Amino acid sequence: MSALLTIGGLSKNFGGFAALTDVSLAVAQGERFGLIGPNGSGKTTLINCVSGLLRNDAGSIVFAGEEVSRLPAYQRTRRGIARSFQVPRPFHSMTVLENLLVPSAYVGHVKDAEGEPRAMELLKSIGLADKANAHASELSQVELRKLELARAMAAQPKLLISDEAMAGLAGNEVDEVLAILFKLNESGITIIMIEHIMQAVMRFSQRVICLDAGKIICEGTPASIVQNPDVQKAYLGA
Amino acid sequence: MKFWIGAAVVAAALVAMAALVNYEYFFFAGYTVLMFVVLSTAWNILGGYAGYVNFGTPAFFGLGAYSAAVLYKATAAPLALQIALAAVMAGLLGFGAGLLTLRLRGIFFAIATIAVTVIMQTVFINWRYAGGATGLQLLRPEPIAPFESYIKMLFIVMALTALASVAIARYIERSWIGRGLRAVRDSEEAAEASGVPTLRLKLFACTVSGALMGVAGAPMPMYLSFIEPASTFNLTYAIGAIASPMIGGTAHWLGPVIGAVLLSSLQQIVTVTVSNETNVLLVGVLLVFFVVAAPEGIVGLFRRLLRRR
Repeated sequence: MSALLTIGGLSKNFGGFAALTDVSLAVAQGERFGLIGPNGSGKTTLINCVSGLLRNDAGSIVFAGEEVSRLPAYQRTRRGIARSFQVPRPFHSMTVLENLLVPSAYVGHVKDAEGEPRAMELLKSIGLADKANAHASELSQVELRKLELARAMAAQPKLLISDEAMAGLAGNEVDEVLAILFKLNESGITIIMIEHIMQAVMRFSQRVICLDAGKIICEGTPASIVQNPDVQKAYLGA
Repeated sequence: MKFWIGAAVVAAALVAMAALVNYEYFFFAGYTVLMFVVLSTAWNILGGYAGYVNFGTPAFFGLGAYSAAVLYKATAAPLALQIALAAVMAGLLGFGAGLLTLRLRGIFFAIATIAVTVIMQTVFINWRYAGGATGLQLLRPEPIAPFESYIKMLFIVMALTALASVAIARYIERSWIGRGLRAVRDSEEAAEASGVPTLRLKLFACTVSGALMGVAGAPMPMYLSFIEPASTFNLTYAIGAIASPMIGGTAHWLGPVIGAVLLSSLQQIVTVTVSNETNVLLVGVLLVFFVVAAPEGIVGLFRRLLRRR
């Protein structure tokens, strides 16, 4: 397996606060990759740097063989990096279907006549088809999370970054979202999952990295991660 | 198709009015109403679709007016050329000011656009050739046949400009650009993450919006035979351009049109029958009323009523 995403020596400061220090990691093509760490450890900052919402101060981000760290966010999306947001950010003046037509028009460059059936199919596969014509403001929490994932998928990404897509959901809803992510991975999409729900990360990930205070403190299989004393101290509260 | 038939009917009605009505004041007032249709429609492209509240309408309007006046003074160029130059200059201002200010969001952007207006006014107060603070008296040329009065001609010019602006706004609203701008208004981060080049779209909207405002200002020096900075860069243009879409509804191209026709007609009537000061009060009261009672404007109100049935 070759690396789809390679991050090298990444650093990001907010004023005097070092949010990320010298973070290096590689995610392989088709991998299910978990990112854990306590609140404020830099998980979201890391994926904001990868998706382009923030500019890293130092280091490199190579995606599909291309250095992307100086590209604006929309360019990265067009190259295949899609993300969902931790706090759902739907286009609330649009219907669910129209939400998906934004990436299909701006990434896929397809007309609505072509984009609509594709978007409907995507909604069906994610279990949101019956809400296609509902306004985003009428959705429930779990539906909003699904919409986040569906909209990210409408950009036809190579890499999907799921930022706490399950936070605050009930047990069966977590399973539902997890099943969706597994299905997407089977179709060949590389997935980075950021999550606090440990069972979900452990079940889903092939490999996990734990961040603490902007540094990688541990990397390995889910089983080895939970055994790691540093992780237990920093995150699991042992 | 329906839109173009409607546009043709409106255009024909306005031309028929110009041919049949011989009451000069009607066209003098009608010109102002149509001018506000253009200003409101132009404002709505950036303010309504993309959600960037622009208080700089007078800057673009005034630059358009002064471009026309200075060109006329220098070369006695015909009105069409004056309008073309106004569009280019105001469009450039839109692009330049947008480049500097569109990275700001919300209230910060709004404040920056007020600054643009102040800067433009200061420039023209200090430009001797353009008349400085005292202004510039301009002698109207003869109207072009078949028009017998210059005001009637300007009325028709503004009517065509209004139709053109509405057509442009409607095109933008319904195209992929409009969807991108709406995405920007709803969530800029999510728009970027969905592949929308937000800065580029905002710049485009700001440029088009500015150019149309400039066009709205271009015939003003000829309309008044005079131009002067304080009234040309007056904030009332900003207020009118913001209030009309708010009253009519910002989400649909028809909103600013309805709002502008209602508001400026009412203002014209109040100015004549009551006083010039009362009309400012009227705008304020109406604006507060609509923000509270119909936040989506008249168009939104009708849509909700239709949906309920």
